[in-house]
Amino acid sequence: MDKEIKILKYGDLPKLIGRFNSRGFKVLAPVRSGTIVEINPVGSFEEIVLDALLTRQSAKKVAFPKVEKVLEFDILKKGVVQHPVDPEACPETLLFGVRPCDACGFKSLDSIFGDTPADQFYLKKKEKTTIISFACTTADEYCFCTSVGGGPGNTDGSDLQFTPISPEELLVEILTDKGKEAAALFGDLLTDASTGTDKSQHLADVKVVFDVKNVVDKATSSFNDTEFWLDQSLRCIGCGACAFVCPTCACFDLQDEQNTKKGVRLRLWDSCGFSLFTLHTSGHNPREVQSQRWRQRIMHKFSYMPEQFNGVGCVGCGRCSRACPADMNIKEHLTSIAAQ
Amino acid sequence: MQEFEPKIVAFVCNWCTYAGADLTGTSRIKYAANVKIIRFPCTGRIDFMILMKAFENGADGIIVSGCHPNDCHYSSGNFHARRRWIVFRNLLNFAGIETERIQFSWVSAAEGLKWADVVNNTVKKIKELGPNENYKKASVSAEVNEEGASHE
Amino acid sequence: MNELIKIVTQLLSDKTIGVFIGYEKGSAGRTRALFARNADQAQKLICDDTCTQNLAGYLLKPEIKKLGRIGILANIPALRSIMQLASEHQIKDQSLLVLTANSDGSLTEFCDFHSIEKYLETSDVNITSGEKEMIARLESMTTTERREFWSREFEKCIKCYACRAACPMCYCHRCTTDVNQPQWIPVASHEMGNLEYHLMRAMHLAGRCINCGECAKACPMDIPLNLLTYQLIEPIRENFGKTAGMKADAVYALSTFNPDDTENFIL
Repeated sequence: MDKEIKILKYGDLPKLIGRFNSRGFKVLAPVRSGTIVEINPVGSFEEIVLDALLTRQSAKKVAFPKVEKVLEFDILKKGVVQHPVDPEACPETLLFGVRPCDACGFKSLDSIFGDTPADQFYLKKKEKTTIISFACTTADEYCFCTSVGGGPGNTDGSDLQFTPISPEELLVEILTDKGKEAAALFGDLLTDASTGTDKSQHLADVKVVFDVKNVVDKATSSFNDTEFWLDQSLRCIGCGACAFVCPTCACFDLQDEQNTKKGVRLRLWDSCGFSLFTLHTSGHNPREVQSQRWRQRIMHKFSYMPEQFNGVGCVGCGRCSRACPADMNIKEHLTSIAAQ
Repeated sequence: MQEFEPKIVAFVCNWCTYAGADLTGTSRIKYAANVKIIRFPCTGRIDFMILMKAFENGADGIIVSGCHPNDCHYSSGNFHARRRWIVFRNLLNFAGIETERIQFSWVSAAEGLKWADVVNNTVKKIKELGPNENYKKASVSAEVNEEGASHE
Repeated sequence: MNELIKIVTQLLSDKTIGVFIGYEKGSAGRTRALFARNADQAQKLICDDTCTQNLAGYLLKPEIKKLGRIGILANIPALRSIMQLASEHQIKDQSLLVLTANSDGSLTEFCDFHSIEKYLETSDVNITSGEKEMIARLESMTTTERREFWSREFEKCIKCYACRAACPMCYCHRCTTDVNQPQWIPVASHEMGNLEYHLMRAMHLAGRCINCGECAKACPMDIPLNLLTYQLIEPIRENFGKTAGMKADAVYALSTFNPDDTENFIL
């Protein structure tokens, strides 16, 4: 559908949140949690933090949580009786105040989880989620969205996008059918935008630092250059921080927790950075050293994903770099790959 | 309303406390039936993770008991255990887990009466503390165990 | 700084060492680890008061050991880690080339573990006063309040294991949490899984933690994990007279005993 453009007053945001709350939506938005900002359920607008650059974790937890029950079972004398968990049993959700990179991240997850066999746990939650993203008026040195096809005002993956155009006003872009339905809940708060309102002048300046096509080509052709990958990965400590805060990382583990009578099967986040990620039962580990695992991370996002789906598996949010205890800084590494 | 009957797990060493508990029985001393006894070769073998597992699986209280210092069947097992418990208790307390829910004791093979006292006093104490709710509601698996237990 | 670069360049060119672990400028004002293997890389070495990371965490990594004899710029936490690793038979005496930066900017090279021990005897190895205060504040709460504090903190934990990966003492090839026969520690990052993991880790570090704080620095969710392991340092010193990371031949507090150990809670 063609996007519609409207104006909303900042002062009306509390009302907007209230409308969704009273319609029974679960509203998730950035809130302060100690020293970090996290996406958590909110009851009112007052709890929401809109001036943080980014939340520490990505928004993927809305449809791909860190722990999720996927099966329940009883262990009876006659055998194990399974009780499937209903993927539809999730509420209508509003994801509010996230960044364009967060919304973009869902595109990768949609391709992965939508691939055959389709993952209903993710898809149903995603279906029931409306995303209102806020365009970025600032950025920091870790951001590189513009180098991977995104941008501070990019609308991919968003149902609506709000851009601050003055201290009192937000430009509202209604982008999808779902967005239109959501906008109907607060249509009375919207006014027409004057022609020529250009959001780009309010957006952060994020300089392009590499040509992503270059990264894809060079990464693919450098697969066997073990020195190159070793150089990049020596300081990596092999934790899962980057994978877990990343909006596009989708690897998961399945764990059963049970007693002698019944149990549950849980889906949990996993990371290719862990040394045991590819450990076979035989004891053989095809990715025995961290340089192989680091290479895999880059290749997956910048070679295998573009090959199998439509784009790179990275939205340039820089969360991995900010969270990394060893300062692996993916923007730096990608720039050096492109410069090879 | 039914009175709360705590579930207590006792981890005891084979040579002293287990034998002592046996003596309690043969002496026909009555004591609270809330305790499930698990026999170990030595208290030195009792890993703190086993205690955590007991709580996770629904125990309201735990008893850990073995030979008196200098009387360990394996000479020094209980000395190692003692050090471990000193550290573990400190950690549990700091993490906000009630250390009163774990009762440590030295009960020898001749102390049938003492075993009964340890059990009875522990049951009384745990009854006062109430069910171990915090642990029980902490996880998905706790939900599993609550319902699983009722099948018995 | 220039002194350091000169020394390291010399050491690398005459092949006394295969790699030097030091610090370089990182992104956004951070300082990060540098693995200098040639003169060019050595030029990037820095040595100032931003160099606080405990680099000893890299000493046992197979890829780094493969590079040859290791040289390291060790600050006090790293020196203590080296002592602790030595006492656990993970590093042999004189296998590393250990340098430290003194407060006046000069460098000291340690010829053996014994000289590191002497250096540490007169160094400040205590936890910071801010950390002491936080521990005291927690200890003054009721058990329930403490429980709620840690519950709130552990809710944020995503089981990324950055704490474990950053800790120089967590070098087990197969961590307890990765053992699944049986699965002692639930893998999931629900409340039970998080609580048990952190309790287990604190216990496995009891008597070994040298209070470098890398675990808390590494945590992407800003959980003050170091408080859990730090809090055990005092009881272990008080009860067993042991402090980790001071002597290369020390014995681990929990693998030894004193028949006269005392406590007040065993009936």
